[in-house]
Amino acid sequence: MRTIIFRTVAPYLTALMVLFSIFVLLRGHNEPGGGFIGGLIAASALAIYGIACGVAPVRRAIVFHPMSISAFGLFLSALAGLPSLLLHQSYMTSQWISFPFFDVEVDLSTPMVFDIGVYLVVVGAIASIALALEERESD
Amino acid sequence: MAGVSLNPELVAQSMNTTPVTLGDWVVIAPSILTILGGTLCLMTRKNMSLQPKIGIGFLALLVLANVALLARVIDRGVLTMVMGNWLPPFGIAFTVDALGAGLSLVASIVAFCTGLYASVSVDGTGRRYGFYPFLLLMMTGVSGAFLTGDIFNLYVWFEVLLISSYGLLVLGNDRAQLDGTVKYGILNLLGTNLFLVATALLYGLFGTLNMADLSQKVSAISADQAGMLSTIAALYFLAFAMKAAAFPVNFWLPASYHTPNIVVSALFAGLLTKVGVYALIRVFVLIMPAARSDLGDLIALVAIATMLTGAMGALSQGEVRRSLGYMIISGIGSMLGGIAVGSTLAISGAIFYAAHSIIVMTALYMAAGILRLMGGSYRLRDLGGLYAASPAFAAIFLILGFAVSGLPPFSGFWPKIMLLDAMLSSGRVWVATALLVSSFLTTIAIGRIWIYSFWRGGPEGTADGTAIALMPTDKALSSPALWVSLGILTALVIYIGLQPEWMLQLVSRGASGVVEPMGYLRSVFGGA
Repeated sequence: MRTIIFRTVAPYLTALMVLFSIFVLLRGHNEPGGGFIGGLIAASALAIYGIACGVAPVRRAIVFHPMSISAFGLFLSALAGLPSLLLHQSYMTSQWISFPFFDVEVDLSTPMVFDIGVYLVVVGAIASIALALEERESD
Repeated sequence: MAGVSLNPELVAQSMNTTPVTLGDWVVIAPSILTILGGTLCLMTRKNMSLQPKIGIGFLALLVLANVALLARVIDRGVLTMVMGNWLPPFGIAFTVDALGAGLSLVASIVAFCTGLYASVSVDGTGRRYGFYPFLLLMMTGVSGAFLTGDIFNLYVWFEVLLISSYGLLVLGNDRAQLDGTVKYGILNLLGTNLFLVATALLYGLFGTLNMADLSQKVSAISADQAGMLSTIAALYFLAFAMKAAAFPVNFWLPASYHTPNIVVSALFAGLLTKVGVYALIRVFVLIMPAARSDLGDLIALVAIATMLTGAMGALSQGEVRRSLGYMIISGIGSMLGGIAVGSTLAISGAIFYAAHSIIVMTALYMAAGILRLMGGSYRLRDLGGLYAASPAFAAIFLILGFAVSGLPPFSGFWPKIMLLDAMLSSGRVWVATALLVSSFLTTIAIGRIWIYSFWRGGPEGTADGTAIALMPTDKALSSPALWVSLGILTALVIYIGLQPEWMLQLVSRGASGVVEPMGYLRSVFGGA
């Protein structure tokens, strides 16, 4: 698989796919998309990079162990339900703030934090499996 | 939601508008705490000395949260919190009654003790591969299953605890474990799939998954739906009987429980089958009591067969862990016997038995671990002479053995009396006979283990009347964590045996809460 064409293209493709996965993640609240599908796209980006350039550069590039990324995602998702505690509402009640950013009204919410958590869980879990499989092959 | 105008009338119909106080959050605290603790442990997985500290710390918090939850349930009755502030039956409800809160507390105490015991018995590799994250996330599933008020959510918590349990079971990765995990995994997958199918059919029939709502709709069922409902009931029975290891779907338990690290066996022995029994009580007593009385004879038959196979299996095994595995099965039979009768007294007995069995089975497996450290083996043939090594441990083992076989004055005595009383007064003489016979056989089985490993002079081949000098040398034996965790559970067994009143009150409250669920319904839907 390590042809020169693939190795040259893979980093750009990976960067593009990760960017696209974040786009899919953020549009997910009102349109098709979301944390799960975004996470899958990002994990396939990492897998492609792993196939082209080897697993070690991928592990260096994501800094943390994929399993820790996954755990942090779950942690974040569980925390996303907590702000409603301060407002005397039930767990997981969504909270919104919106502020103007130049000419655009930006909405931030706890469901978004939850979805980012889902994204990280999926990236971590799938990347962890994919990298482990790729490692066996190339060793 | 920002940017969208809401119709206030619709909001009032679908959203909860009364403020939720900090105290109400205790309903969800056990699940949140264990998720947070489990993920923290997973993030710091490489730091092996930190793992037990985080794990045991969060398990202690879990015990405290459950104490607060039970105190609040006793004080205020059934508590409900619906996620995302929706009104039931639209949102996913956590509804906690005395049954759920009580079992959740007992489970968390047992988990705390196993966490403590594991700080000695799980080595660096086990910690590195995630013992504590699995333990905490399994407790997320167990607490969630005990506390939820939504049947699909119950399925989800089952999955959470099963996935963590697969991880725990295969931790260590030797051949016997893989073999055990495959059997355990396949049968449990089948069971959860049946559970899911039955839940889908139930949703198709009634259009709701909230247990309180279901309980109302099932009681108002029309005649042409009744056939469908009994199919669903049979599916649920099969699914939960698999989880609870009832005869004839019990074979996965003796095939897998002796393979992992002893502390994992202890945890599973205490918790997993009992979650299945809990689900049976929830579904058959709270949601579909009519189906329970239709299936009563079948449940009674299964109960008798489970008790007897369990007790005879325990008697036939020459390996301590396998023998204990069969004792779990025999206990499950007793609880099923209580469900077969279905009166408030019988359900109280079954709940009491479940709580007792959680504590005593975990303690017995922990004791078997110590037995191994002292005598070097789990096989009765190679054990012997341990009374001389530690009379105190011999006494603890005997106490636990008496408790599991239902002899006074320990915790197994009271639930058996309640179950017997309920069975005899409802005319199920055969179930009562099976209960007595299985208790008797269990007494012999535990006596056999005790005599072989403690009372005789030495391993097989030692001449009668002589004793070999046995000085246990394993360093782990001098670690207080082992003895403290076993001591806490043994003390509970003795305390419940001697002071059963508060427990009796608690379980009869839990039982009447599911047999006559007015309080449950009022808590979910409010008003009268």
